[in-house]
Amino acid sequence: MDWTAIRLTLSVASCTSALLFALGLPLAVWLARPGPRWRLVVEAVVALPLVLPPTVLGFYVLCATGPHTPIGRWYEALFGSRLPFTFPGIVLASVLYNLPFAVRPFTAALQSVDHKLVEASWCLGVSRLATFRRITLPLAWKGVLAGLVLTFAHAMGEFGVVLMVGGNIPGVTRTLSVAIYDDVQALDYSAAAHSSLFLLGSALVVLSAVQLLVRKPA
Amino acid sequence: MKQAHRLIALLLVLVPAGCGNNPAAQKSGPPRRDTGDESQGHAQSETIEALPRANRLRIAAAADLRFALPELIAAFERMHPGATIEATYGSSGNFFSQLANQAPFDLFLSADIDYPKRLVEQRHGSVDGEFPYATGHIVLWAPNASSLDVEQGGLPVVIDEAVKKIAIANPNTAPYGRAAVAALKSLGVYEAVESKLVYGENVAQAAQMVESGAADLGIIALSLAVSPAMRDKGRYWPIPENAHPPIVQGGVVLSWALDANLARAFRDYLLSGGGASILRRFGFEPAGG
Repeated sequence: MDWTAIRLTLSVASCTSALLFALGLPLAVWLARPGPRWRLVVEAVVALPLVLPPTVLGFYVLCATGPHTPIGRWYEALFGSRLPFTFPGIVLASVLYNLPFAVRPFTAALQSVDHKLVEASWCLGVSRLATFRRITLPLAWKGVLAGLVLTFAHAMGEFGVVLMVGGNIPGVTRTLSVAIYDDVQALDYSAAAHSSLFLLGSALVVLSAVQLLVRKPA
Repeated sequence: MKQAHRLIALLLVLVPAGCGNNPAAQKSGPPRRDTGDESQGHAQSETIEALPRANRLRIAAAADLRFALPELIAAFERMHPGATIEATYGSSGNFFSQLANQAPFDLFLSADIDYPKRLVEQRHGSVDGEFPYATGHIVLWAPNASSLDVEQGGLPVVIDEAVKKIAIANPNTAPYGRAAVAALKSLGVYEAVESKLVYGENVAQAAQMVESGAADLGIIALSLAVSPAMRDKGRYWPIPENAHPPIVQGGVVLSWALDANLARAFRDYLLSGGGASILRRFGFEPAGG
């Protein structure tokens, strides 16, 4: 087994899930409540990666983070390295690509919470943040967790964006799905078969977990 | 309530577990090693990242070197104990565009001389410029199971009705693909077979397509056809030299190489007698040695 690639893949998936929890949940909170009409556009942007080819996203990320762009210059000044062909680069791409896999389930879970309970809490003088933490999140946690697990699984298997933004650098950006592509070209079918089986197994486990989470109690 | 806290606790674990341990992030940190229970390969990659900048070589190699380069690297490493060399394979054109964006490689071994030359012109190469290291060849390859007699029939078998798909490397990104197209054109069969052509991103992918039987024939690098991985699986016909411009393969040490001396040492080894004999065994005409 290619442990370096497995570890890297798990790192990418964990970072993606954690970042999308931190950034996606506030966004979902905003999307879950009634808001201005132009919010439609935000919803569409969040859903874009569902239909956008990974190559398009990869191309834009490469263009946006190159050494001669504002983002590229700012990042290099701040961290002394560049985004393309690095671990932070593929995490960034992965976060963008997985946006709908986190934000959409989050939004649905938050919308399923009975708003009367939230308002009752407010009327009792509990702050908005405390209400969210003590009322909304406990009622919506299954959906939020399902979104995170789905994000994790999807990030583990991402290929096109990672290959375009990350290249194929052993130990840095060669995730398991890229390693499989590489092994097949090297005619190393047994290595490709092992890695594929690993990804197949984890996908099955993760999807079963999601089913368990979202299943309505009997 | 409790469950929500559990979710937050889970995330607090996820963040350091995922982001804290990634190999790239360790470059700036103090050297560290994993303890016993980790696998060998895993521990090794930790060490690679923790090493000082020197004594490490990252090669971006054209896919025709897929089987020859590991042998060259093994021989070089025997002469330079302690050096860590890793190679990534792909199409030269793809590497060219990555290197134009300063991808983290130290040495580029292309399947042509034009890409290294252009990198030098763009000031991405080191001062010693590009260097030719070998001339490659292309062959028409068919798997053992195929009824096509490529060894006797030669290139005309490409127009055989039994041939549905012919794998070549993508001529836009791979010099070997351009050589294949040039050969088909100069032998006057390109128009007839154009609709049967399928493109691998690089020549190793084209070889994989025909090795697996997905394509009936392939025009691939001789260095792949004679490799241990492929030589017993099919038959080939060498495409005449004069059917395409010579495939002069060149390399360049990148200006941002971590250990330029090690990269130059590897270049010198490629051009030495020892390197040349390995290249020759894989069907190349070495430039040095």
